[in-house]
Amino acid sequence: MTAHSNYRELFEAASHGANRDFLPKLKIAAIEQFEAVGFPTTRDEDWHFTSVSPIAERTFRPVKPATLTVTAEDVARFTYGQADWHLLVFVNGRYEPTLSRFAELDVDAQVMTFSEALKEAPELLAERLGTLAPSQHAFTALNTAFMADGVVIRMPAGVVLDTPIHILYLADAHATGASQHPRTLIVAERQSQCTLVETFAALGGGAYFTNHVAEVVVGTGARVDHYKVQRESGDAFHVGTTQATQDRDSIYHSFSFATGAQLSRTNVYSRLLGENCEVRLNGLYALEEAQHGDHQTFVEHIAPSCSSREVYKGILDGTSHGVFNGKVFVHPEAQKTDGKQTNKALLLSDGSRVDTKPQLEIFADDVKCTHGATVGRLDDMALFYLKSRGIGGDRAKALLTYAFAAEVLELIELEPLKVALEALLFERFIPPEA
Amino acid sequence: MLKIENLTANVGDKQILKGISLTVNPGEVHAIMGPNGSGKSTLAQVIAGHPGYEVTGGSVTYDGQDLLEMDAEVRAQAGIFLAFQYPVEIPGVSNAYFLRAAYNEVRKARGEEEVDPMEFLDVMTEKLKIVEMTEEMLQRSVNAGFSGGEKKRNEILQMAVLAPKLAILDETDSGLDIDALRIVAEGVNKLKRPDNATIVVTHYQRLLNYIVPDYVHVLAQGRILRSGGKELALELEERGYDWLLETAGASA
Amino acid sequence: MSSSIESLVNKEYQYGFVTDVESDAIPRGLTEETVRLISAKKREPQWLLDWRLKAFKRWQAMTEPRWPNVKYTAIDYQAQTYYSAPRSVKPLQSLDEVDPELLKTYEKLGISLNEQKRLSGVAVDAIFDSVSVGTTMKEELKKHGVIFCSFGEAVLEHPELVQKYLGSVVPYSDNFFAALNSAVFSDGSFVYIPKGVKCPLELSTYFRINAADTGQFERTLIVADEGASVSYLEGCTAPKRSTNQLHAAVVEIVALDHATVKYSTVQNWYAGDKDGVGGIYNFVTKRGKAFTHSKISWTQVETGSAITWKYPSVILQGDHSTGEFYSVAVVNNHQQADTGTKMIHVGKHTKSTIISKGISAGHGQNSYRGQVKVLPKATGARNYTQCDSMLIGNQCGAHTFPYIEVANNSATLEHEASTSKIGEDQIFYCKARGLNAEHAISLIVAGFCKEVFKELPMEFALEAQQLLGISLEGSVG
Repeated sequence: MTAHSNYRELFEAASHGANRDFLPKLKIAAIEQFEAVGFPTTRDEDWHFTSVSPIAERTFRPVKPATLTVTAEDVARFTYGQADWHLLVFVNGRYEPTLSRFAELDVDAQVMTFSEALKEAPELLAERLGTLAPSQHAFTALNTAFMADGVVIRMPAGVVLDTPIHILYLADAHATGASQHPRTLIVAERQSQCTLVETFAALGGGAYFTNHVAEVVVGTGARVDHYKVQRESGDAFHVGTTQATQDRDSIYHSFSFATGAQLSRTNVYSRLLGENCEVRLNGLYALEEAQHGDHQTFVEHIAPSCSSREVYKGILDGTSHGVFNGKVFVHPEAQKTDGKQTNKALLLSDGSRVDTKPQLEIFADDVKCTHGATVGRLDDMALFYLKSRGIGGDRAKALLTYAFAAEVLELIELEPLKVALEALLFERFIPPEA
Repeated sequence: MLKIENLTANVGDKQILKGISLTVNPGEVHAIMGPNGSGKSTLAQVIAGHPGYEVTGGSVTYDGQDLLEMDAEVRAQAGIFLAFQYPVEIPGVSNAYFLRAAYNEVRKARGEEEVDPMEFLDVMTEKLKIVEMTEEMLQRSVNAGFSGGEKKRNEILQMAVLAPKLAILDETDSGLDIDALRIVAEGVNKLKRPDNATIVVTHYQRLLNYIVPDYVHVLAQGRILRSGGKELALELEERGYDWLLETAGASA
Repeated sequence: MSSSIESLVNKEYQYGFVTDVESDAIPRGLTEETVRLISAKKREPQWLLDWRLKAFKRWQAMTEPRWPNVKYTAIDYQAQTYYSAPRSVKPLQSLDEVDPELLKTYEKLGISLNEQKRLSGVAVDAIFDSVSVGTTMKEELKKHGVIFCSFGEAVLEHPELVQKYLGSVVPYSDNFFAALNSAVFSDGSFVYIPKGVKCPLELSTYFRINAADTGQFERTLIVADEGASVSYLEGCTAPKRSTNQLHAAVVEIVALDHATVKYSTVQNWYAGDKDGVGGIYNFVTKRGKAFTHSKISWTQVETGSAITWKYPSVILQGDHSTGEFYSVAVVNNHQQADTGTKMIHVGKHTKSTIISKGISAGHGQNSYRGQVKVLPKATGARNYTQCDSMLIGNQCGAHTFPYIEVANNSATLEHEASTSKIGEDQIFYCKARGLNAEHAISLIVAGFCKEVFKELPMEFALEAQQLLGISLEGSVG
């Protein structure tokens, strides 16, 4: 029996359960779509270097509800020391109000769980949900079919939210062998602004499967800063897709940080629908042991005079395997496009490998697009320089590795997050002084 | 030689030149001065035939012909030369090849024989001296990686090679140190003949110490506010442009 | 040599004529019988027939690749003719016996087969449809032990060399078109440079498709023995016809230890008319295997063909071997090109360089597709890749698909790509110096391609530059 027919059974079972009334039409269409496309294989161009058979060969059931054992102290380990951020905590895919907190929210900004949104803003869900993220992608269809909860943020026109919203997805021992399909929808209307941090983390190990989808509508002149921190358990599987669409003069900044999961795939896509948009897609991944991490970005320049900037860096140790696939597509109407993409990979060990494919597809003539990619190990000259200043081999390597990573973290504009991630990397790469 | 009457020109919807009239005769040097954004460079580009400007009114005759009807390359072949304010880089094309291609086009237009690379080298050796450049310069790509001063000297080198009837120097002095300025100005003076004319577009009076104009015109807000002899430049140096603008404002 | 490009821009495809010769063609269609017939016509030994039949069998089980970024109507393989030869061509004839009509054809193409008239320093093998018409300068080459002859002749005269190396770089099972070629290949050139010999002449093969509805399936094999070196150039043209013709060639290069092979192509097959009718489908497999301290360098100027599908590659097998790829690909009107290279780093301290310049005009679609693969044992591998695209007009497209796959941490790879428009300011600058727009564009484009042109042998660099002038004809609005 194939894996996706198992999912049909699971779907049927779930439809009789608690989620019966939860957007049934959308979900039925999604499971049908999933059945039609099936899990991707390495014969699919976009999955050439990443085999999802470890996910496809087993069936991850939705997590069974269990008594909450996660404490506020557990949560505090993942909040970057920021007590004043708006915090929504999900444990094994389920919203936990007792662990969440909101500072004073702007009267007009709406931050809701899906269940709340179904009551308070059903028209918003009906209008937007599932319209951005491409359902022809198997994992997105699977998420839509199985999503049980998530967050909906609506920023009305002109509202500027200074305090970041942090969504923390925690998996604990109950998640082992199961799946969670959280969903995020952000609608930033005309000239509104907000900052969102999504963190995926684990309390203890376990081979679970997180399949997340975020849809982000960035309206005219609006700005959304979107950070993703993926620190799943080392045995976990993580697939995440973020799809943004941008109206004219809007700004969307995405930063993806990933150190977790045995197998992960992170897609960040933006469609530039209006003139004069700015998009930045940056990221850093650091893998070790036998981890496999795949990042895909896709910037679709549909309207003229937009600029896109991408910087992705990867650090690979052990027998880990990194993949980066960045595509910039410029439609014939998108004249005056200014696109720049850089990706760099650092191979620390003999067994590590990286596959990278930066693509440009250009159909407009008055454009300026470049991409650059480098792969290599640490610079011998720099190592020598440090040694000649009395810094020993291992320490010199550690410092240079940290420096390689820190450079891209500089692009994070949310200061406390930058500091926290720097500290994380510092701890990881720099051994304590003897 | 050149007669401009009531010329108006736009960029997009914006009117830049608002009725310029100017007559240039053989042997004359005209200086056009004015504050930034006055339309000086636009006037130079319109005379050279830049497609980015739309002429909306007036006329320009050059040697009795309607200049505005001519393509940019035809104007160049007919002896009009614009020294660019920002000379353009053409990577991979050697200066020597570029200059010879241009030289041969101009020769063809005059009904003269084209020259081969060897003959051309002889022409160049002499011209290089005028701008104090070396032959090594000829092998480099057109303007690519040139310093600001080198680019401007390269413009004057091209002018020397093409021997135009009407040369327009568009802010050729900007960004030059005093040595480069001297070289450029002396180059222009050496190329002066009784049958050619020069229009010097500049923001500063300094250049006019070297290239002495017969006439000075002050351009502001798309119009020539005042014309005079070389002493007008000195007056501007001393008093700035504001008094003229005020006078113009008062009279408007 | 200084003839200005401008005088050439206004020319039509000047090689579009048809030579009126009586041909010996086999019936259309492709069966095992066709393969046997071709082999018999060429009086081939049994081992080669067996090899062809294996390839044919394999081909039947394969499907045409769909991944290239090109669109065309399906090819009916049974509607093609797989062998066509001028009746007047007899095997192993001397140049004095060549049909004057054919000699005239080559004169018209600017390729003189008359050794006295020929540029000194170049030997030519002329391939007309499915057969070699003749090879010049053979005697001169023989003095140095260099073998340069048609493939058919090599099979008969040097079977041990052919048998040893045929399929050693591109196996018959490699891909759909390579399998097809292996089954039905007709002729091509064979080169062998003995140990330590620096080939005294530039070797050149000139391919001409003449017959209608005939595919050309040539096979070229170049072997440079230890310490040998050779520079080889191919040129190609075809008549203007309103139907598409298939050209599926295979080129194999073997560079043994310390050998150097430089392979240059000026590809000017008929590209179809301005509406995209007719033209050659150019589906070619080119690959070299470089052994220790050897070097294989591909330079290509691709201006012709309706569709090009071609990735001249190097397997860097030996330690310290070097692979290079320099390419200019121009598409205009409705041409499509999906071209690039593969550099497979197997040996230690192997080095590769890729410089690709794509120019798209009219409705042309140009894709660079390249793979740089560093295998786990390729310690110290280095690659530098630069691919630049230039767009002229807003109906065309430029695509870049580089694959970088690294499994050794001591490798250093650098990849840079850019796409830009031909600068309006550059064109105006040239115009202000008296050059017209087409001349300005030719000049700017030639500058853009300079890094590739400088890799071509002198006289061909000029030819290539002139070709660009022609290919971009009418691309300014």
